Amino acid sequence: MIVAKRKPFEEIKGLLETFNKVLVVGCGTCVAVCLAGGEKEADVLSTELEMAGKLDNKPIEIVSITVERQCDREYLEALDSMVEKYDALLSMACGAGVQFLAERFPTIPVLPAVDTTFIGVNQGAGWYEERCRSCSSCILGITGGICPVTMCAKGLYNGPCGGTNQGNCEISQDQPCAWHMIYERLKGQNRLDAILEFKPAQDWQNQVPRTVIQPGYKKT
Amino acid sequence: MKSESRLEKILKAGHFAFTGELGPPRGANVKHVREKAKPLIGNVDMVNITDNQTAMVRMSSWAAALIAIEEGLEPNYQMVCRDRNRLAMQADILGAYALGIKNILCLSGDHQQFGDHPQAMGVFDIDSMQLVNMVKIMRDDGRFLGGDEIDVCPKLFIGAAANPFAEPFEWRVHRLAKKISAGADFIQTQCVFNMERMREWVKQSVDMGLTEKTYILAGVTPMKSIGMAKYMKNKVPGMDVPDEIIKRLQGVDKKKVADEGIKIACEQIEEFKEMKGVAGVHLMAIEWEHKVPEIAERAKVLPRPDVD
Repeated sequence: MIVAKRKPFEEIKGLLETFNKVLVVGCGTCVAVCLAGGEKEADVLSTELEMAGKLDNKPIEIVSITVERQCDREYLEALDSMVEKYDALLSMACGAGVQFLAERFPTIPVLPAVDTTFIGVNQGAGWYEERCRSCSSCILGITGGICPVTMCAKGLYNGPCGGTNQGNCEISQDQPCAWHMIYERLKGQNRLDAILEFKPAQDWQNQVPRTVIQPGYKKT
Repeated sequence: MKSESRLEKILKAGHFAFTGELGPPRGANVKHVREKAKPLIGNVDMVNITDNQTAMVRMSSWAAALIAIEEGLEPNYQMVCRDRNRLAMQADILGAYALGIKNILCLSGDHQQFGDHPQAMGVFDIDSMQLVNMVKIMRDDGRFLGGDEIDVCPKLFIGAAANPFAEPFEWRVHRLAKKISAGADFIQTQCVFNMERMREWVKQSVDMGLTEKTYILAGVTPMKSIGMAKYMKNKVPGMDVPDEIIKRLQGVDKKKVADEGIKIACEQIEEFKEMKGVAGVHLMAIEWEHKVPEIAERAKVLPRPDVD
């Protein structure tokens, strides 16, 4: 899933400084699962903003609503009849959701309440770790299911570098060396052959906005 | 000959190579580069010019290399993957060769988090092995990495680094093989302190036939102090300093520690001269360039061969 974290409260307050009526829009998918921007978080943020407005003697009218997915037109429709009443929309979705909302309502300022952080996994309650950089050309099949683009601090395709330190990365003792893990994983599977060959330079595909059209479909 | 390098001539003629290192200054201090270059002249076959080492901004490697050429040294232009993409790298490679640089050492580079700009974006468009391969394609196929033809290709002698001490140890010789297949003409190793492990790694390389395909120069760094030895043991990633080295330095009179450090380095060099599979030594006398003549003298590697 896409993992995000809420922006510092002061930053959000700063973004809303010139607006009096704000619709907080939560998103019920990824950011809800990672506890950053779902219904509960949208309600909490709304309450905080209202209270802060009162304390600062700058009352602000806040309404919160959460849609299933802000990256899907189907779910944005529900907002069409509401948004005109507000000076600004505060989106709690990932960067894609914020932009999709802004695209649908181009005359109303749409502001982000979270920082989109990574594509990751849930390691425990409230604990998430990055696993994928969406490079568009997955090599997990030869690297034992461990992504060096994401997990190696230098994104090496032919690691490990000379800085690997007893199984850890040179950047920190708390960061395992991705290539050390790849080596151990493949060794355990008796598949070290997979990384014996030199891997030539990558054709980076994530340098321009990408589009995917699945087989059997077309742009409408 | 693959290149126009003096080091290649020396190695090809079967001489035991002896190379040095010069770190560019943190400023445009040309005098400083010239001063560091002086003690190396005539005492080493080639000098590595480091590239923003430890991820700190310094005078660019190619610029300091040109000053070294003016002083009469043959530079080894170090290039790291951290700071530039393939376009900038290829442009710099052409420029460096055009202005008289004949050797290149291809490195990943210390992570930017260590340096004075930890917020910088690390580029790592290609990795060190892919850089080796790119220089080889430019030199031998006369093409850019993108495929277009090059008008006058860079006849560089291509170097790569190897760290025989980093885990997993058993993978290290295979990684060396990969670097050779990518195009490494010569290898300079990480500073060697653990001789036992070095002997084993070199033997593995010989047994796999790798030393027939590349020249291995063993990295030697004289310890200046006990503090330096401890720092290298505990703080420098990928460094393997056995306790015996520290004990040996602790065992001599305080005033003699630096001398003992040089003595250890000289003993290592003597052993490397005899070690099958080792073609030379790369001396990294860190911020101790003025000691190079003494070390070369005591290690009996003088005079340097004349191949021009």
